[in-house]
Amino acid sequence: MPFAFLSPASAVYLGVPARLVFLLIPLAGAAVFIHMMIRRVRPLLAAAPDPRFGDVPARLWLVLKLWLAQWRQPRYFVAGALHILLFFAFLVLGLRSTQLVFLGFMETFTLPGFGGELGACYNVAKDYAATVCLLSVVLLAWRRGVVKPERYKVPAALGKDHTGEALLVLGLIGTLLVSESLFEACGLAAAPGEGAWAGTLAWAFRHLLAGCPGGFLGHLGVAAYAVHDLTFFYFLCLLPRGKHFHVITSLFNVFFMRLEPGHVKPVRHDVRDADLDKLETFGVKKLEDFTWKHLLDFYSCADCGRCSDQCPANRVKRPLSPRFITIKGRGHLFERYPLAGPQATGPAPLVGGIYSEDEIWSCTTCGACEEECPIGIEYIDKIVDLRRGLVEEGRVPPSLQKPLSSIEKRGNPWGKLEKKRADWIAGVGDGLKVKTADAGDAAPDLYFVDSMTSYDDRMQKIAQATARILGRAGVDFLILGKAEKDSGHEVRRYGEEMLFQSLRDENTQAILDCAPSRIVASDPHAYNALKHDYELGVPVTHVSELIQAGLRSGKLRPKPVADPTRVYTYHDPCYLGRHNGLYEAPREAIDAIPGLKRVEMAGACRDRSLCCGGGGLNLFYEPEEAQRMGVLRVAQAAQAGANVIVTACPFCLTNMEDAIKVAGLEGRMEAVDLCELVDGHLQA
Amino acid sequence: MEILVCVKRVPDATENEISVGPGGTDISREDLVYAVNEWDNYAVEEAIQIVDRVGGNVTVVALGDSEAEEVVRREMAMGAGQGLMLVDDAFRGADGLGVATILEAAARKGAYDLILTGAQADDGAAQVGGMLAALLDWPYASLVNKIEGEAGTLRIGRELEGGTQELSEIDLPCVLSIQTGINEPRYVGIRGIRKVASVEIPVLDAAALGLAAGAVGGAAAKARRLDYFIPAAGAGAEMLTGSTRELASQLVDLLKLKGGLH
Repeated sequence: MPFAFLSPASAVYLGVPARLVFLLIPLAGAAVFIHMMIRRVRPLLAAAPDPRFGDVPARLWLVLKLWLAQWRQPRYFVAGALHILLFFAFLVLGLRSTQLVFLGFMETFTLPGFGGELGACYNVAKDYAATVCLLSVVLLAWRRGVVKPERYKVPAALGKDHTGEALLVLGLIGTLLVSESLFEACGLAAAPGEGAWAGTLAWAFRHLLAGCPGGFLGHLGVAAYAVHDLTFFYFLCLLPRGKHFHVITSLFNVFFMRLEPGHVKPVRHDVRDADLDKLETFGVKKLEDFTWKHLLDFYSCADCGRCSDQCPANRVKRPLSPRFITIKGRGHLFERYPLAGPQATGPAPLVGGIYSEDEIWSCTTCGACEEECPIGIEYIDKIVDLRRGLVEEGRVPPSLQKPLSSIEKRGNPWGKLEKKRADWIAGVGDGLKVKTADAGDAAPDLYFVDSMTSYDDRMQKIAQATARILGRAGVDFLILGKAEKDSGHEVRRYGEEMLFQSLRDENTQAILDCAPSRIVASDPHAYNALKHDYELGVPVTHVSELIQAGLRSGKLRPKPVADPTRVYTYHDPCYLGRHNGLYEAPREAIDAIPGLKRVEMAGACRDRSLCCGGGGLNLFYEPEEAQRMGVLRVAQAAQAGANVIVTACPFCLTNMEDAIKVAGLEGRMEAVDLCELVDGHLQA
Repeated sequence: MEILVCVKRVPDATENEISVGPGGTDISREDLVYAVNEWDNYAVEEAIQIVDRVGGNVTVVALGDSEAEEVVRREMAMGAGQGLMLVDDAFRGADGLGVATILEAAARKGAYDLILTGAQADDGAAQVGGMLAALLDWPYASLVNKIEGEAGTLRIGRELEGGTQELSEIDLPCVLSIQTGINEPRYVGIRGIRKVASVEIPVLDAAALGLAAGAVGGAAAKARRLDYFIPAAGAGAEMLTGSTRELASQLVDLLKLKGGLH
């Protein structure tokens, strides 16, 4: 039977007007929440500066793409789809939740603008949103509680499992959905003839309650409202305490995220290179040495585990898990800056405290973690900053001290003589005499060879192939020769910033003395260093782009593949692919060879390419690992059906060749460089 | 504890291609990069760790010219509190005993409890530490790979053949020559070196050390290098073949023939 709707604002129980209670709850909830937010913001104010306020259009675009359109979520399809549903439901229902707060102490309330048509559409949308949301919540709870995907696991040494927290939050969301729909259903029961939208939760409740007496429905409605109100504010105050802080901070984290990969932050954003000597301390040694954005990253982690799932160091069981860099960082931050009580004082060094030295040295800076994170959390800058702190204290693994010292003394990590750096040009052939700066030659293009390609017997073949290709493509180029020093790409990423700067300054001088109009690199690490770490003001291009241009213009004419039975696959080097977005040019170069059969390593190519083990100083570091990254990669190639791995990086090549031997695949798998492949397939 | 560590600037063993020089009495020294002698570096690290444990000072001393100063500065960047340079034309060409005499004079100017040297340097002579101890009349132990203790008496470990280890006690003051592997020396970065770039390093010459001009240089050397060469390659090893019995029998015959068996 019909009943007059009992608005929570007009209910009275035990002589107390409910509207007082429903006014108190939001006020108290908001007060607690604001207090928590102030506490959470405080450490950000004590942290190092980070200029992230420019390029607003680019930042807004990232917010639209990553935050609103949830662009990265589908990379893990099931979890991603469910999260997208949950996220959009949250956005839609957020408005309803706001309205509901006011309905506790005002008989009627609609949000401004939601009076007429829009409001009507919204009411439909919200009921379906709530229903879909509940479905996702159930599925998500099933995933967390029953399926228990690997990437959510917490190793025993790192604390308790996080499933409990996840299920609690899902339970709270479910409670909000159910209570809101119940409240809606009770309200509809008071308006006969008005039905709920078919298939929605409210509709289900409406039918369940069909026979209930009016009085009961009225009180049920108020009860549902009370549950919603309490749960809402409890949930709100739970957010800053754990991984669901991302509900609030993710928007900001994405807005402030890095705009371009491949860069490394300066030692301190507010200190110029010339003033670095005046700094008391380098790098990150304690929490407050991080920038405010890095601390915001710690807050924003949703504990999804995707970063660690993709991390090659984690896959080979090195002691590094990016997820736990963040989770441990957050735990430390919460401990030092609690929500109640005084801030912690006293020293708390990070490395030797929450982090271990091996953990920090294990990273190859491949960028898979940053590529994957749906919230824009950054890792590489943090690792580099932590390394800078370790280097300053002399805590560098012995295996790295030798190559660093060699680079300092001889400009290359093997300590080989400077005068032998250009010895490879003797083997170029093809009637080509390579111009060198030492000889006083001049040319508009400068080929920056870097140490690996110059000195390593095997990699000199890449330099020679590159030179021949450049010659055929009609590129007039020179190399620096003896004056070239190591680009310092890994020197910087391993935290020896001042040695890097000295290399950068020497190389910059040598390069500018030649006044080139363009620089060509075959080594992606050199390419990235010259493009992002140096400020040359000269465009830098990778040889694969030149090959692509040469093929398109007809200057490079490929001939049919030597062995059509072989199956080729292309391995994307980290510093060409993820860090610089160069995925297509090498593929085009390979595909231009008639009759060549190429396959992709499905799910593990382009921005999901698995790091080969790392370049530069990574070759010297001796990690504790269950197996080499290269071995995993070669196995992926074999699984894709390939017997030749083509790569465009001398470090990838050496790691692949070593891995083929270690994996016992000699004779069944071969690694070849892109330039070698193309050079070997050019018509005379 | 007041510790004096003697360091030497030597051609870097791994970053150079060593060949015999034109004069035939030395290696070719053009295009060489130099570094602190590796054993000395371990000694400085050890001294710093001892002082971190028990308090005191580490002084690093080097003989040589102004170029040797770069090595002293690097060790100070590592953490040694003081540097000292011993520079005089009269020191040129000193042999091992001459070097030890100069270091003895420097040691007597301070009040050191412990003097460390590297077990050997680029010549491989491994003699300066022992000679220095003898001149000072202090106890000496070589090839030390472990140091424990504070004032009065130290407990030291020495590395012997076949990986065996000897543990001894030695009274202070003493001289110890340090073997590689005693610790893991910390890294010294460019920043650290720049931080000590303008620190004052006192320089003492022969007069300040109370040494007569001709007493320690090349002219006074009691050992002179005559020649420096890579021996001519011989025919190579003779390889015996056959079963174990046959090999043993051939060996016995050869040993009898060459007088190895009586």
